[in-house]
Amino acid sequence: MNHYSSWKYILILLTIGLSLLYVTPNFYGESFAVQVMPVKAGETVDRSTLKLVEASLEKANIQNTGITFEDTDIKIKFKEATDQLNAKQVIEKSLGSKFVVALNLISNSPDWLSNLGALPMYLGLDLRGGVHFLMQLDLSKLSEKKNDGFLANVRKELQKENIKYYDSKVVNNYVQLKFKSEDALNEAKNIIRAQGSGRSIFGGNAPAKETEAFNFSEIKNNNEFILKIKNNQYTDEENVNFALKQNLETLHNRVNELGVAEPIIQQQGKDRIVVQLPGVQDTAKAKEIIGRTAILEMRMVDEDRSDPATIEKAENGQLPPGTELYYDRSGNPLLVKKEVILTGERLEDASPGVDQMTGQSVVYLDLDSIGTNIFKEVTRKNIGKRIALLLIEKNYTEVITAPKIKSEIGGGNVMITGMENAQESTDISLLLRAGSLSVPMEIVEERTVGPSMGKENIARGVNSTMWGFAAIVVLMVSYYMFFGVVSVIGLSVNLLFLTALLSALQATLTLPGLAAIAITIGMAIDANVLINERIRDEIRNGMPPQKSISQGYEKAWGTILDSNITTMIAGLALFMFGSGPIKGFAVVLVLGILTSVFSAIFVSRGIVNYIYGNKRTIKKISIGEIFKVENN
Amino acid sequence: MEIFRVKTDIPFMKFRKISAIISTSIFIASILFLVFRGLNLGVDFTGGTLMEVSYPQAANLEEIRSTLKQIDLPEAQVQNFGTNSDVLIRLPVVENLSLADLSEKIALTLKQSDPALKIERVESVGSQVGDELYEDGALAILFVAIGIMLYLWLRFEWRFAVAAIVANMHDVVIILGFFAFFQWEFNLTVLAAVLAVLGYSVNESVVVFDRVRENFRVMRKSSVTEVVNNAITRTMSRTIMTHLSTQTVVICMLIFGGEILHNFSIALTIGILFGIYSSIMVGCPLAIWLGTNQSNLAVVDVKAEK
Repeated sequence: MNHYSSWKYILILLTIGLSLLYVTPNFYGESFAVQVMPVKAGETVDRSTLKLVEASLEKANIQNTGITFEDTDIKIKFKEATDQLNAKQVIEKSLGSKFVVALNLISNSPDWLSNLGALPMYLGLDLRGGVHFLMQLDLSKLSEKKNDGFLANVRKELQKENIKYYDSKVVNNYVQLKFKSEDALNEAKNIIRAQGSGRSIFGGNAPAKETEAFNFSEIKNNNEFILKIKNNQYTDEENVNFALKQNLETLHNRVNELGVAEPIIQQQGKDRIVVQLPGVQDTAKAKEIIGRTAILEMRMVDEDRSDPATIEKAENGQLPPGTELYYDRSGNPLLVKKEVILTGERLEDASPGVDQMTGQSVVYLDLDSIGTNIFKEVTRKNIGKRIALLLIEKNYTEVITAPKIKSEIGGGNVMITGMENAQESTDISLLLRAGSLSVPMEIVEERTVGPSMGKENIARGVNSTMWGFAAIVVLMVSYYMFFGVVSVIGLSVNLLFLTALLSALQATLTLPGLAAIAITIGMAIDANVLINERIRDEIRNGMPPQKSISQGYEKAWGTILDSNITTMIAGLALFMFGSGPIKGFAVVLVLGILTSVFSAIFVSRGIVNYIYGNKRTIKKISIGEIFKVENN
Repeated sequence: MEIFRVKTDIPFMKFRKISAIISTSIFIASILFLVFRGLNLGVDFTGGTLMEVSYPQAANLEEIRSTLKQIDLPEAQVQNFGTNSDVLIRLPVVENLSLADLSEKIALTLKQSDPALKIERVESVGSQVGDELYEDGALAILFVAIGIMLYLWLRFEWRFAVAAIVANMHDVVIILGFFAFFQWEFNLTVLAAVLAVLGYSVNESVVVFDRVRENFRVMRKSSVTEVVNNAITRTMSRTIMTHLSTQTVVICMLIFGGEILHNFSIALTIGILFGIYSSIMVGCPLAIWLGTNQSNLAVVDVKAEK
């Protein structure tokens, strides 16, 4: 009756063993570490980077306690926080701007555990400190910007075909042009319509829709022929998606500049982005970099003062007035005028490509309407001179390329030559795109937690759980004697399972999550109380002890199931509708219900069966004194 | 040790008229407080900014207030938080100033007068996000209530489902009433506690109803009231032990959990205490009043065959 077959015991021992394995990483503590990652996503670090890191540490005489080298990053551990800070500076200096050097805390748990996927619990920002931003895309600017680009392309096409128009502008969500004759209007219409199929120059790479790409409407007014064009090429949803993806990419790149270990940048809902930066304390700087808009600048090279002598003087600090000294990608100095012709804000798109004439890798830039006009004007006036494209990153400015202007460039399509290979043109177009946010964003939620506060919060949660647990142990054991001990063992196993699951799933643990662990303990004991009370009931009714035990467990089961399912419903609702810390609460609550049912019923029964099950007859079981009711 | 040496069933249902009066009046009082005083909603729901600042020495609240006034933020509420060196600054959404700029501006200004201060925590929520969180919270409560009711309907029958959910909502309204009366801050964490109470306190009803159903099978000659009284009496010991355990943990959280978990623990405490009362003195009488009896429970009784 009260007998478990051996496979059940093996299963219990196996789950306990596995849980112990997954809980262990939490007890190893953390080391101060420096993490080196490539700036651009998808790139790798190689042996030469590792050698540079090692050499620079050796030179500065900083002792480390271990280096791990992977394709995606290099992690160096240190004993002291001061070593960590010094090392960061030294490594940054020797590696330059191509790598991100971030401070991190790394678990000391041995590699074989990490290889099994056994990692310490993943702490939320309220426990480790850091910043959480929720950013909202400003969609009102989206259609305006799209139409700006559309108008520029319309102008470009009409100019190509030599069709005269005037007073072209964006009105609400359409583009408006005026013509002197009806013929001109119709011709313009045909040209624009022809562009509506295939890969369109009217923005983006997405294929045109089957539906009419453009809606035209005409107004005749005396001698004025007005054409209104509405661009239907992309639905609002697609536009938002494009914009969101580009902003995500931009944010990724910008966050890399901040040197944050383990950032989270995710889409939330339709038009929002969550940015979580663990460990970041300088919120002002984080906001500045995340919210920055323009990092690409076009400026003229000062050709009049580019003789070797002047440049050499400039390199020694004697800059001619109105100029700045920058270096191009191969390290050549260039004197660039301070006056900015264009910024990245005027950039519609940047894409890699191949020059059909020469077969060289190039980058195509699409400028918006304002940018197109400025660029046309400047190139017309400066034929034969060089124009420099500056990329300003992390207060560090680099000349990507400084091509010579061969002729006037209208239409806003700029081709940048001088790329070494296809990879470089891809990288640069990515960087240029990453430089500008496609749509402005606003921070609509900010949550910052300081590092000491995080530690305090951990202590609060852990202390509540520990003392709560201790109190329950006293309560249960004094009231239910041996069965109390069994309940408490069940509860400990529950706590073990829960911690192991949270570690294995790498679910985010927050302060409300820690509270949920404490509450789970308080609530999980309900199952044991129900069982124990049921057994007492059966004994009270004159049942023999063995039968009481099995009846007690059996009868309690239905009730335990019901009460846990109702709590589960609440947990699921919290998970669905909650955000951030509340979600953390819900995750723990739901997991805690699952583990508590398993441990209260399966594990505690196993112990009881082990102790009592093998005896043929028992006279008395230790479940506390039972008062006999004189039944009415 | 056995705490409850009850010789005969306690005639709980005898007091149901008194309890009905008590419940109704507390319930109505809670609603009145909610309507006329309203909840003191935190920035999570109203939008706005909350900053926790810690000074190395006791903070001078007056000075902070006047400093904030100087930078055109007279609506700032400044108060101590926990200790006298910790300060909590609360601000509504300020027009013409973005969330991001607001907290930086305050931090910068305060640091000018005392560079040693530390910004421990910032919570800024835009008014739209606040509205959404509020909506989601209300939806969550609705979802839980309906979900639990459907489950109980399936598992027992509609009379129990209705009785349990009324008892449950009674608890929730009373928690909210307390928060409205004392003007304790109601934020996302407290909402989580309320929802946890919804799931937890229904356990109580489930345990009693389970026993009622079982009793209907065994106590064939007894009246409905007797059956219910017996069920409550027999589960008394479990009720006390379980809630004592949970409440002990919650008390530990009140002691060790710090300010952030304080209101959370308070909501749980009210929920647990009223949960016991309501499942016995609200749920059971309601089930009887709705006409629960032997015949309409036996049909859905699956467990009886075991």
